[in-house]
Amino acid sequence: MVIMGYKLPNMSSLLIWGLLWEIIGQTGLTFFVPPLSEVFVTLFKIIGTPAFVKALTETAQAFLAGVFFAIAIGIPVGIFMGRSRLLDELLLPWVNIFVSAPLTALVPVLMVLFGFGMKSIIITTTLFGIWIIILNTRAGVRQINRSLIEMSRSFGASQFDAFTKVYFWAALPEILGGVRIGVIRAVKGVIIGQLLISIVGFGALFELYASNFLMSHFWAVLIVLFALAFSISEFLGYLERRVSYYAANRS
Amino acid sequence: MQNRALYLKVLSALLVFGAWEIAGRIPVSYAFPTFLESMAALARMTFDGSIFVAYAETLKPLVVGVAISTFLGIGFGLWIGLSARFDWLFSPIFIVMQAAPLAALIPLLVMAYGIGLTSKVFVVCIMSMPVIVLSTSSAVRNTPASMKEMAKSFLAKDYEILLKIIIPAASPMIFSGLRLGVSAGFIGAILSELKITPTGVGDIISYSRSIADYPSMYAAIFSIIVLAVLFLNLLEKTENYLFKGNDRGYVTD
Amino acid sequence: MVMSQTESAFANAHPTEQDIAVSIRGVSKNYGAVEALKDMSLDFPRGQLTSLLGPSGCGKTTLLKIIAGLLKHDSGEIIVNGKNVTGPGPNRAFVFQDFALLPWATVMRNVAFGLELRGVPRSEREDKAEKYIKGVGLAGFENAYPHELSGGMRQRVGLARALSVDANVLLLDEPFSAVDEQTRRKFQEDLLSLVANEKKTFIFVTHSIEEAVYCSDQIALLLPRPSRVHEMIRPQIDRSKGVDNIPREPEYLDIVDQIWASLRAYVE
Ligand SMILES: Nc1ncnc2c1ncn2[C@@H]1O[C@H](COP(=O)(O)OP(=O)(O)O)[C@@H](O)[C@H]1O
Ligand SMILES: [Mg+2]
Repeated sequence: MVIMGYKLPNMSSLLIWGLLWEIIGQTGLTFFVPPLSEVFVTLFKIIGTPAFVKALTETAQAFLAGVFFAIAIGIPVGIFMGRSRLLDELLLPWVNIFVSAPLTALVPVLMVLFGFGMKSIIITTTLFGIWIIILNTRAGVRQINRSLIEMSRSFGASQFDAFTKVYFWAALPEILGGVRIGVIRAVKGVIIGQLLISIVGFGALFELYASNFLMSHFWAVLIVLFALAFSISEFLGYLERRVSYYAANRS
Repeated sequence: MQNRALYLKVLSALLVFGAWEIAGRIPVSYAFPTFLESMAALARMTFDGSIFVAYAETLKPLVVGVAISTFLGIGFGLWIGLSARFDWLFSPIFIVMQAAPLAALIPLLVMAYGIGLTSKVFVVCIMSMPVIVLSTSSAVRNTPASMKEMAKSFLAKDYEILLKIIIPAASPMIFSGLRLGVSAGFIGAILSELKITPTGVGDIISYSRSIADYPSMYAAIFSIIVLAVLFLNLLEKTENYLFKGNDRGYVTD
Repeated sequence: MVMSQTESAFANAHPTEQDIAVSIRGVSKNYGAVEALKDMSLDFPRGQLTSLLGPSGCGKTTLLKIIAGLLKHDSGEIIVNGKNVTGPGPNRAFVFQDFALLPWATVMRNVAFGLELRGVPRSEREDKAEKYIKGVGLAGFENAYPHELSGGMRQRVGLARALSVDANVLLLDEPFSAVDEQTRRKFQEDLLSLVANEKKTFIFVTHSIEEAVYCSDQIALLLPRPSRVHEMIRPQIDRSKGVDNIPREPEYLDIVDQIWASLRAYVE
């Protein structure tokens, strides 16, 4: 929005919402919404505490491991599906099912199969993120210019070289787009996993604070989590824009 | 060629269900029933009607939540898409909501609204609304400028531009936003049944897990995934039917 | 469209006596720091086809949209049929470069859309649209959708839509730039017979010198930086020689050369 010839930055309205939050909090309208200033004070108080650091590391570990598997499995599978028609026709129906299926329903299965610990949470995270990565990688590989493939073949590229030197890079913009959405979904997956499987990490903090009516603690952790999630998604969006310059250039 | 695709789909299903059956027979885990056992459990629940009772319960928050999200989401989306001021004011909220793991709000919702239907409807709403809002607003914003100018040059009034140009032009994208919203709504509905109070399908899953009746548990999970996928496919078919050719025809090719 | 052999469209054109349908007086337009039009003045005689010719970026579209009332100008006046205008009006109709057809509407609804917006009852507007659909040679395609038509056919729909509202000034922004060469030639002939038969004023934007010389009663040669009317040219081509021969006429070639000489410095 432009006010008096000056363009307000994109997310600046969050300040107004923050102010509104503060006012609502100050009036004591509802117990569930403490003033934002109080939340921030709490935030700085708890951010170095062992409980918070533990929650953060537990969550980060599960998240990073889950995302690692989603990417490390998702991209190659996507490339193979983009290259091989048979594989594509066999796998695509399943990928399409899982990309939009209510994956929360699978979490109980993971619990009984893999126990109530880290393993199940990591798998949940991977399950949330992987399908869109596969789909986008596949789409990216399928749009690769035929002459690029023929070029690499004419120069005698090995199958492995073709994958790592041509397909991956030519499909990179789509792959990154998929990774961005996949990672956003993985963030949701890790929290859902922590809430459903075992009450650990941030999930445990939320439960603890909510059941003890520590509202400003609850909101403080929520703000940290949302800010982290948002930063990750913006950072990946930035990377995606960085490579999209050549997406526009290739034909 | 048509047949090949169909055969491969059937083959693919056979492979996966076959693998499931074999893995269940080994068994890979005491908690891994075979495919046939699970299907038998599903058939039993279907014949004794318990699955329908469960779905009546599960669909309640889902339908109510998705309906609210659709109504409010499209309204907000139109508003945001049409007005730069509201775009500036409201977009960031929905962008953050879209990126954030809103499931974390569940403990708070339970405190505020109890463990009843209201909380569950809320969970469905917060899961499904952001994507509906964001796709509606970006669809509205991306209405081809020349179509709006065309209407203006033929003296269209503002409401006519909205009703005859912007909304029809945005509908395909609004509809696909709706589809994503429904998909997220399913996630929310199941999540709330597993997390808040076990009712409906969530109850079958939790209860049969607690008594180690794994075939029933797998059957219930299988059925909810099938239901969601069928419904989303139906929406997609509707979408293709309603808007076929719509995204072509602006361009000059 | 009535495909009769084109008569000399301006056999009776005496520009000084002809009344002026559209007049631009000292119009300026800036996009922020970009000076798109500066103090531009131009007259468009009634019943004639005037081309706006110039390299891209010289403000042709801007000028046309200002005349249409789709863009606000910063200063100066636009006078249509003796009246100062500031917004869109029923006396002007626009044909868009990218057709601007509604992809969800049939040819019939697209052609009748201008009338629909004017509140003409359905049966009446469909009768009228029917007539113009026939006129542009699309009979039988009434129920087709834009994506089922070729580029040339789509532009015919756009043309029929503009004709059906019966505006006396037609504004065409590079209407043929997105259609193939063969269709384009046919279009040019059709346009000439429209000018001859419809008693309307045409303002036609093009970047093709040949097209401008072939179709126009007068050409306003626009040059950029700053945008201005460099020259007014009245080709006076004797069109009775027939489409196929005109490109070989010395007068035609002279005018094309002369325009190219003026433009060449700007297209480097
Ligand atoms: N919406 C706009 N914002 C900023 N500059 C514009 C805009 N539209 C056109 N211009 C600039 O104004 C000049 C004239 O543009 P235009 O009328 O489209 O030229 P033409 O149709 O002759 O190619 C160009 O330099 C163009 O970059
Ligand atoms: Mg132009």
